[in-house]
Amino acid sequence: MATLQAHIPAGPLAQKWTRHKFESRLVSPANRRKYEVIVVGAGLAGASAAATLGELGYRVKNFVYHDTPRRAHSIAAQGGINAAKNYQNDNDSVYRLFYDTLKGGDFRSREANVYRLAEVSVNIIDQCVAQGVPFAREYGGLLDNRSFGGAQVSRTFYARGQTGQQLLLGAYSALCKEIAAGSVQSFTHSEMLDLVVVDGHARGIIVRNLITGEITRHNADAVVLATGGYGNVFNLSTYARHSNATAIWRAYKRGACFANPCFTQIHPTCIPVSGDYQSKLTLMSESLRNDGRIWVPKRREDCRKDPNSIPEADRDYYLERMYPAYGNLAPRDIASRAAKRVCDEGRGVGESGLGVYLDFSDAIRRVGVDKIRERYGNLFDIYKEITGEDAYRVPMRIYPAVHYTMGGLWVDYNLMSNLPGLFVLGEANFSDHGANRLGASALMQGLADGYFILPATIATYLATVNPTARPSTDHPAFREAEEHVRGLIRRLLSIRGRRTVQSFHKELGKILWEYCGMSRHEAGLKKALQLIPALREEFWQNLNLPGTDSELNQSLEKAGRVADFLELAELMCRDALERRESCGGHFREEFQYPDGEARRDDEHFAHVAAWEYQGPDKPPVRHVEPLVYEEVKMVARSYK
Amino acid sequence: MKVKLKVWRQKNAATPGRFETYDTPELNPNMSFLEMLDVVNEDLTTRGLEPIAFDHDCREGICGTCSLVINGKPHGPHRGVATCQTYLRSFRDGDTILVEPFRARPFPVIKDLIVNRKALDRIMQAGGFISVRTGSAPEANSLPVPKEAADLAMDAAACIGCGACVAACKNASAMLFVAAKVSHLGLLPQGQPERYRRVVAMVEQMDREGFGACTVTGSCEAVCPKSISLDFIARMNRDYAVALFKGVGARPGRAAAVPA
Amino acid sequence: MSAWIRLLRSSLGLKYLMAGSGLVLVGFVCGHLVGNLQFFLPPPVINRYAHFLQSNPELLWGVRLILLVLVGVHIGTALRLWALNRAARPQPYASPATAYGSTLASRTMLLSGLMVAAFVLYHLLHYTVKVESLNGTPLAFHQLREPATGHADVFAMMVAGFRVWPVSLFYAVGIALLCLHLSHGVAAMFQSLGLRNPVYAPLIQRLARLLAVVLLVGYLSIPAAVLLGRGQNYLRRVVEHTAAALAPTPANPPAAH
Repeated sequence: MATLQAHIPAGPLAQKWTRHKFESRLVSPANRRKYEVIVVGAGLAGASAAATLGELGYRVKNFVYHDTPRRAHSIAAQGGINAAKNYQNDNDSVYRLFYDTLKGGDFRSREANVYRLAEVSVNIIDQCVAQGVPFAREYGGLLDNRSFGGAQVSRTFYARGQTGQQLLLGAYSALCKEIAAGSVQSFTHSEMLDLVVVDGHARGIIVRNLITGEITRHNADAVVLATGGYGNVFNLSTYARHSNATAIWRAYKRGACFANPCFTQIHPTCIPVSGDYQSKLTLMSESLRNDGRIWVPKRREDCRKDPNSIPEADRDYYLERMYPAYGNLAPRDIASRAAKRVCDEGRGVGESGLGVYLDFSDAIRRVGVDKIRERYGNLFDIYKEITGEDAYRVPMRIYPAVHYTMGGLWVDYNLMSNLPGLFVLGEANFSDHGANRLGASALMQGLADGYFILPATIATYLATVNPTARPSTDHPAFREAEEHVRGLIRRLLSIRGRRTVQSFHKELGKILWEYCGMSRHEAGLKKALQLIPALREEFWQNLNLPGTDSELNQSLEKAGRVADFLELAELMCRDALERRESCGGHFREEFQYPDGEARRDDEHFAHVAAWEYQGPDKPPVRHVEPLVYEEVKMVARSYK
Repeated sequence: MKVKLKVWRQKNAATPGRFETYDTPELNPNMSFLEMLDVVNEDLTTRGLEPIAFDHDCREGICGTCSLVINGKPHGPHRGVATCQTYLRSFRDGDTILVEPFRARPFPVIKDLIVNRKALDRIMQAGGFISVRTGSAPEANSLPVPKEAADLAMDAAACIGCGACVAACKNASAMLFVAAKVSHLGLLPQGQPERYRRVVAMVEQMDREGFGACTVTGSCEAVCPKSISLDFIARMNRDYAVALFKGVGARPGRAAAVPA
Repeated sequence: MSAWIRLLRSSLGLKYLMAGSGLVLVGFVCGHLVGNLQFFLPPPVINRYAHFLQSNPELLWGVRLILLVLVGVHIGTALRLWALNRAARPQPYASPATAYGSTLASRTMLLSGLMVAAFVLYHLLHYTVKVESLNGTPLAFHQLREPATGHADVFAMMVAGFRVWPVSLFYAVGIALLCLHLSHGVAAMFQSLGLRNPVYAPLIQRLARLLAVVLLVGYLSIPAAVLLGRGQNYLRRVVEHTAAALAPTPANPPAAH
């Protein structure tokens, strides 16, 4: 049975990280080259970790399933990255960023982790600027900032609407430098399909070459997973099509605990769904809410009218009405739920009735169309490309969509899971965002984990490991893991049924969106817990999977990922069912105040729920890590 | 609407390919081009045929994974977008659409419409970075960057590394890709110390990979999903010339081997 | 690698050689036009200019040698780059040639260049070497002498050459190809040498087109003027004078043909 030791250092909050670093064990420069570290993924967290570990002198192997390490979905983050620089002199501080993030997460994250995140946020900006990330500048040549949801200060650094891309290219360039220097070995088109655990320690991975189908074993002294979130379990999401949960899910099945799987973020500003063929949802950056005002008609009968013809008095700027202090910049979970509420009232706009207006006419009147074009030009272009509408003239239509998963593999303060030697970074872990993530914080967390936290904490573990005793890839555990992967592939290919992988994924997504989406209730979750295993059963009986395993086979890749989603979805519903409270992105209809606001239950649920796998036929065990707040008092989260 | 697809099918790099023609199921003009391929693939799979392999991922025009040459133009008929942002409303009912992979010697076909673009990675590894050690960075605002320089650097940095410039160029030249990176870093004060080494190393790796030379036709700029300007190529040409005058060499031992 | 090897081996180095040689050759084309436009002044002016060149063989052959080397460099680098460029795409597209954003001139530089080279060869044989079988007229160019000085009469030679309309037509085609070549080449030259930025990039494009048009008009104005009658009387006088001078006398046996 797993034990969850968070290993939060003692001492005052502001000194925990500094003290912890000092008290941690080190690996001397001469010894580092003896250690091998596997890093899976090359998004912000993976690329920055691999590059930094390489710089430090460790021998790093980096695996990505993409054709190059520059494609991970971090690249699609548009809006920006938070840092407590207080360049705007608007009374920002590390403490305020920490508090905003903790409150934004609805007090379901670890105090010490979040404080550390806010603390290193300032170093991230320094690092990225030095790498040549072309952040937006003011005319004086200094860095510009903008404001973002869930904050009353301007602390978000940005590079047009492509901040994630620029930060990722920065990390990728650092990785390129290390690949050229020989300290990092890069494996592309290589998908991790299993974790190898030897004597309770993570010691390697099994990888499939996506071009040749070759299965290989890789050993190391530590394994770092930076493989992103699992939002594609919903099929329709803002994730890249290939984003998947396979790496973390298979690590879960090898014993790593999965924390808070039901905490998913629904982003309020996405382009609404237009048809059944749709493969993904496109996000319109939250930064648009700086200048756009969200509204729906006050009366249902106005919903089909030309929005420009609806007079001011007949519009309901519902976020400004419900949350006057934050207005259109209310946090994501709150804004999403509010949109769902007005649409459920029949006041949604667009053909499907599932949409609200995001209107720029006021801002255009105030600062001029050129300024708006400079700030959001590329987003307006994307919108026009997809919908054929010109948002400079008619308001955008937006609707919430799955965007991020706060849950993930459980990690301690050192970012190590309950399996020693297995480290989990970025969106793949659960650590910093609690039940809801604030805008511009994902980039911050990915880079904090990769550049600054893991490189310091991994030494604590490695110092306890003897690299000369590293199990070879002939070890029975490796053989067993490889056989397991081969067996799974064989099984998938031998079904020869009639339904395509995509049709299963689509159906799974619909179940999950319906019963474990923006709002959840007991009866629905119980229903989903019947529907999902039935669908999974059908999947294993009736899957139509073309091709073979010894070639590039995109259907096979997808089948493996959907097989994992079919299991993960069940765990999410289970977790959602057990968490009998509403908090952040997890809204249980039974637990709300009369005005529709979420009712948190700190007495019973101020904890992390971490699930431990017990085998295919047994329900997982729910472990609990209580959240202890030493400095901050949990309060009701109000943005009014 | 329905269209006829004439698609390049090739089992792997070692097997010669050929065009196959498919009639699509009923389509919706609001579908993206890739969603149309999804629908065709569902249909092929259901009929017991092998689906068409094509590269894609983010489907919002930023990851640079999708490719395709559609009716002779990389990324389809529109300017300034990637294939994933190309919509069927740009085509007419009954059209025959020719779909080919990117063609260039340094981009060998992996399967069907998927090509191997690792050559671009090797160019980046040759010098597409600023050598800064994590933790050694000075305070971000200690180095002011004129807004104009930062904006221009951002224009260049917008490159998504898709390789459409290579695909469109009649010489299969990668100059726009390399120039974008050289310019992005060369325009910023942070990039100055390695500016000339970088351009020499990257240009030489580009040559080793077997890309063609630039004859300034402007096709690359025209198909670039991020509309990166040809002016950056001039900037790179200038930097390389200055590097030659200064006698700057690439770093020793940095040349990445090109697989045969 | 030294800078020189880089210049010769890298694709960018080759482009510098191409652009640098092109720059000088364009300069020659412009200078040559200015010299030729003296055709519109009284005949002695251009003849005096020609005599000046002819009587300074060091200068003349010096320039010719440089031009020859540069033409060699220009064509040599073009062929080398062409081979590299072809090798870069072994499998062509099935779709009709991709032409997005490119001009005809830019896509046909090698072809127009080689045709111009052929034209230049013809032009040299015609007016410089004066191969009689190429001039389409019974007049032997090297026999045309200015009555007043007895020097070679270039003015008369131009008239004699261009009044043969197929020669003028061929000349016009050659010049048109040259100008097509330069309409792209001049702009590309700035690009290859890195002498282009967003501020004056449009200016360069316009300059290249303008230069091409000026050269086209300038060069074609001469055969056009000849075909419209300029210099016919003068040529007749020169021919008569030449005939008289060459009249068969015991001291002056007739030419073999």
